Amino acid sequence: MSTQLPDQTEDESSAGEAEPTSAAQERRMAKKRERAAERDEKRQAEEAEAALADEETYHLKVFRYDPEIEGKKEPRFDDFHVPYHKGMTVLDALMYARDTYDSSLTFRHSCRQAVCGSDAMFVNGRQRLCCKTQLSDLEEPVRIEPLPHAEVVKDLVVDMEHFYDQMEAVEPYFQTNDLPDGELEEQRQSRENREKVKMSTRCIWCGACMSSCNIAAGDNEYLGPAAINKAYRFTMDEREGEDMKQQRLEILEQEHGVWRCQTQFSCTEVCPKDIPLTEHIQELKREAVKNNLKFW
Amino acid sequence: MSQSYNRGLIEDFGRWREFSAGMWAWVFHKFTGWVLVGYLFTHIAVLSTALQSPDAYTTTIQSLESLLVVRILEVGLLSVAVFHILNGLRLLFVDLGVGLEAQDKSFYASLLLTGAIAVASVPTFLAGVFG
Ligand code: HEM
Ligand code: SF4
Ligand code: FES
Repeated sequence: MSTQLPDQTEDESSAGEAEPTSAAQERRMAKKRERAAERDEKRQAEEAEAALADEETYHLKVFRYDPEIEGKKEPRFDDFHVPYHKGMTVLDALMYARDTYDSSLTFRHSCRQAVCGSDAMFVNGRQRLCCKTQLSDLEEPVRIEPLPHAEVVKDLVVDMEHFYDQMEAVEPYFQTNDLPDGELEEQRQSRENREKVKMSTRCIWCGACMSSCNIAAGDNEYLGPAAINKAYRFTMDEREGEDMKQQRLEILEQEHGVWRCQTQFSCTEVCPKDIPLTEHIQELKREAVKNNLKFW
Repeated sequence: MSQSYNRGLIEDFGRWREFSAGMWAWVFHKFTGWVLVGYLFTHIAVLSTALQSPDAYTTTIQSLESLLVVRILEVGLLSVAVFHILNGLRLLFVDLGVGLEAQDKSFYASLLLTGAIAVASVPTFLAGVFG
């Protein structure tokens, strides 16, 4: 996980906000901007030089594409040589490349600690969470591409809308008509039941699993591993009660639900939160069968 | 965003190099399953020569078995069937939720056993074809 602070450079150009009132003020602001630009340039040159002089650099090959700028509409790969520090993650390297070499390099990230789920990318041929992937675990050049099987919006950013739609389709929230008697009574969960759903609650909606799934790639309506896992989290929650479970199984049993899964295990292999996705999908398949075949 | 980049089928197919054990198992299982279905038809065609006369059947079989290609195809058929059965058993265990942690190892084991059985069958299948 990323433990490094990004090299923050104070942005002095707050001139835009403060209305310059006098000519003197304007001159001062202009000078300030000039100095800031100079400092920036110097820092960039220094850092680039340090990167080159440094023995330990990592070679990144980064996918680039920008539909809005003439000349960048053709997808291409850019090379970046990033100085390596111990503990550096792929996200750290991308941030360095963006802050030092090319500020137009676009990717999503936020928490830098595998919590927000915004930086799943295709790194050296595998869906990985960049902030959770150590550079030292990878072979050079480190090839960074946007998640496969999704449309690229710009550089490493893909359109996640379809993934979110599938997540919403399974009603990913607690519902029950099995309320406790007393008004102030809590809805308690047994320890065993909590253990059962524990792993499934860890999903951070990164979309790595969906991107790795060949079936989801071929069938756009397939709910996909993350959504089914989300449904598992509630279907297996005893507090929701029998009625709700029935309703949830009905969603899962549909043509593009659990039965599309062909147990290729790719989702389970890429999930950065180590959720046993295939196991959960298989268990829901068995639940569905038990629900429909009642010989006893 | 007005535009986006759809990477299309070509790039999707280019990703076969990034397949992992379970994905290969799936591809091979589909492939072997359909080869077996295909064989079923030729199998019926050859067997039904016996409807004409016992002699017609004997001569058909004898002429087929004298061909080296057919002998080699038979080794292939055995391998395909053995892999389909072994991996089929693996899939049944996966469906029961048994031994999911070993799904990749059981795939490699299926491959190895298939290879071993195919090699061991070569003397039997090729016997006499060169004679
Ligand atoms: C002991 C023998 C066999 C076993 C244990 C077995 C097992 C299986 C299993 C478990 C599946 C489902 C795979 C999945 O979950 O996606 C399957 C699929 C298939 N099998 Fe078999 N099988 C056997 C023999 C055969 C034979 C003799 C044929 C051909 C006539 C055949 C043709 C197929 C085909 C075409 C599929 C793919 C169906 C699809 O597209 O999903 N199998 N087999
Ligand atoms: S299940 Fe795992 S891989 Fe899929 S979205 Fe959730 S955290 Fe990401
Ligand atoms: S930046 Fe939040 S998960 Fe990686």
